[in-house]
Amino acid sequence: MNVKQTLDTKGLSCPMPIVKTKKAMDGLASGDILEVLATDKGAVNDLSAWSKSSGHELLDHKEEDGVFKFWIKKG
Amino acid sequence: MVKALTAKTIAKHVVDGKLFILDVRNESDFKNWKIEGKGIKTINRPYFDLIDGVEDILEQLPKEEVLVVCAKEGSSVMVAEMLEEAGINDVYYLEGGMKAWSEYLMPVKIGDLKDGGSIYQFNRIGKGCLSYLVESNGEAAIIDSARTVEAYEDFAKENHLEIKHMIDTHLHADHISGGRRLAEKTNATYWLPPKDAEEVTFSYEALEEGKDITIGHTKIEIQPLYTPGHTIGSTSMIVDGQYLLSGDILFVDSIGRPDLAGKAEDWVSDLRDSLYNKYNNLSKDLVVLPAHFGKISELDEKGAVQASLGELFEKNEGLNIESDDEFRRAVTENLPPQPNAYQEIRQTNMGKIDPSSDEQREMEIGPNRCAITE
Repeated sequence: MNVKQTLDTKGLSCPMPIVKTKKAMDGLASGDILEVLATDKGAVNDLSAWSKSSGHELLDHKEEDGVFKFWIKKG
Repeated sequence: MVKALTAKTIAKHVVDGKLFILDVRNESDFKNWKIEGKGIKTINRPYFDLIDGVEDILEQLPKEEVLVVCAKEGSSVMVAEMLEEAGINDVYYLEGGMKAWSEYLMPVKIGDLKDGGSIYQFNRIGKGCLSYLVESNGEAAIIDSARTVEAYEDFAKENHLEIKHMIDTHLHADHISGGRRLAEKTNATYWLPPKDAEEVTFSYEALEEGKDITIGHTKIEIQPLYTPGHTIGSTSMIVDGQYLLSGDILFVDSIGRPDLAGKAEDWVSDLRDSLYNKYNNLSKDLVVLPAHFGKISELDEKGAVQASLGELFEKNEGLNIESDDEFRRAVTENLPPQPNAYQEIRQTNMGKIDPSSDEQREMEIGPNRCAITE
């Protein structure tokens, strides 16, 4: 995957992972892929719901050793 | 300054007050489970749709007194501050979020016992779990304890009670029992029905018919009655000849589901026999005290959930199904979704796995879902 930028929100709790993701996304161009790392479990449901409601596409996500990784394509 | 409201304060509003709630969790979490009550009005708008501003929702909100609710607190504080800046007066957030709400236990006195002593219902209002404390002459027994045992410990301390018995009416699938933990801590006896305990990894006292449990000098009797169906071990308890603690077999508005251990078809006839024969042979004056409620409308004006057995035989649909076939269908088909993480919860209650306290909180999120109807 051609990741344009990686955002590390490990250790941050809700709402910060999404607030930061939104900010990072504002600086990208349509079609760019943002990788987000998070440890807050709530981020899984929230990031997918947020992506949908703001017109981005959550391409994939997975968990590795307690860290959630998300790949979101800007809409 | 936005102000915190505790789960305890909100519980009072749920029983007999009014409250306007803006729930900022995502839509699926909100649909799954929320704060409900007669005087509670709620709208849902996820916090991530409000990061740029709250102007869109202002006209849906009252000008003052709004409670913002989220999963753990953080997002509700952010949104509450934005609402206050936008001119709404008295904006509150739920301290500890829905996690704290899920864990709060509200003690309600149910009544006195014949020879002194009394019985209390601890209502875990956010999850619909009911547990009981029976006390007499400085001794207490706790039945179907929640995981968060501090509420009982505080109560025992305030009322100078020594906890002698921790009893589970069955192996729970919706919440992690605090029974074993508090028994270890207070040197109390932990009771569990043996048929639900075949795979447990710890020692316990067998809760069986004929083994009456007494507390205090006045011999408050807690009499076990084997009533399988929700689980194969499910045991009811008759306290002081007045109260029927029905566990997850009989609720006020519904009856227990037989499927959470994966053996619905096998247990249907047990469930039917427990309800339609064993319960039917008991005094109809017994006050039924179940281990769950499903809807907030089951709470009376003081927040208690109770009904006489006679009343339930008249009104509860689950006790008024004539044919065996129809009963089988009612308790095995079109059941609500299972409780969150119910398999892991059963494993935890058997002592087979030992999740961290954070994981345990997470496993218990959501409603209890132990009845055949929602």
